[in-house]
Amino acid sequence: MSMGLLRLLRGNKASAPVARERLQILLAHERGLRGQPDLLGVLREEILAVVSRHVALDPTKVIVRLERGDEVSTLEVDIEVPNDIERKRVAVG
Amino acid sequence: MAKVLVVTSGKGGVGKTTTTAALGAALAQRGDKVVVVDFDVGLRNLDLIMGAERRVVFDLINVVQGVAKLPQALIKDKRLENLWLLPASQTRDKDALTEEGVGKVIDELRARFDWVICDSPAGIERGASMAMRFADEAVIVTNPEVSSVRDSDRIIGMLDSKTVRAEKGERVEKHILITRYDPSRAARGEMLTIEDILEILATPLLGIIPESQDVLRASNVGTPVTLSNTEGAPARAYTDAARRLCGETVAMQVPVERKGLMDRLLRRRAA
Repeated sequence: MSMGLLRLLRGNKASAPVARERLQILLAHERGLRGQPDLLGVLREEILAVVSRHVALDPTKVIVRLERGDEVSTLEVDIEVPNDIERKRVAVG
Repeated sequence: MAKVLVVTSGKGGVGKTTTTAALGAALAQRGDKVVVVDFDVGLRNLDLIMGAERRVVFDLINVVQGVAKLPQALIKDKRLENLWLLPASQTRDKDALTEEGVGKVIDELRARFDWVICDSPAGIERGASMAMRFADEAVIVTNPEVSSVRDSDRIIGMLDSKTVRAEKGERVEKHILITRYDPSRAARGEMLTIEDILEILATPLLGIIPESQDVLRASNVGTPVTLSNTEGAPARAYTDAARRLCGETVAMQVPVERKGLMDRLLRRRAA
């Protein structure tokens, strides 16, 4: 209540709530790491292992992007597969 | 010609990470290609100050150990096209930073960037010595306070003896950056003066960053202070410091006491 009032007086510019939210997301993830393996890390490892069973992976052609969020996180694995292997497959638009 | 710049201090909490982020962003804004590298293995924070903490996949130690390639570990800044971050590991221990491994990573970074800015951990242990090991230039972050000046002196000694340049008989170009400078306390004679600090450390001055709420606000939202409030005193002081690093001559601004209404009210209440 008083926090909200304070923010109103300052013209809604307080940065501390942003700091709190960022820390909550980050620390929830980091505390989890101490007990159990990082889920996104495990997924990343296993996806790459599966793909490399079928394709000789060039590590420089694999891009992994991650965005940790409050509700959901996204793991984006971008793998460049040479065409001679993919020739028989139907292109996916 | 790429330059490797270490931001160091010995003492903790003086503003190394803030400075790394602020100088990195200011240099990138000038058009240079910049990477900021976190050497604080086990206690990384540069990712948080840069606002990239949710996007860390691989880190410096993964690259040193060959688990990941450098391009996979580099995180591109969302605000500036030519600013990148190489985060430190949060879990592994400092001994994973081998001199050979770090040297290889630094060489690769030199080939890709104009500036490689190494954020040193506090202390004089392995992380700190690896951060400065391959440096061409050093920014020594110092607060106007006795313990900070003493630690800066210690770090200057290491820069002059324990770096690759020093061992080759060359020198690391050193700059003092005074941070958390409080003009009102300086005016009351409660703080070491700029002249005192420079005389004791016998090293040229790169800039004076005033104590300011801008710095806390920038860290709260995860934006380098040079980008968060560009008109603020710290942003201007850091931008000037970046210009000096590029060889420009910029007149030194010594922060002066601001006598705003709030300051006066607070002063009266405090008295």
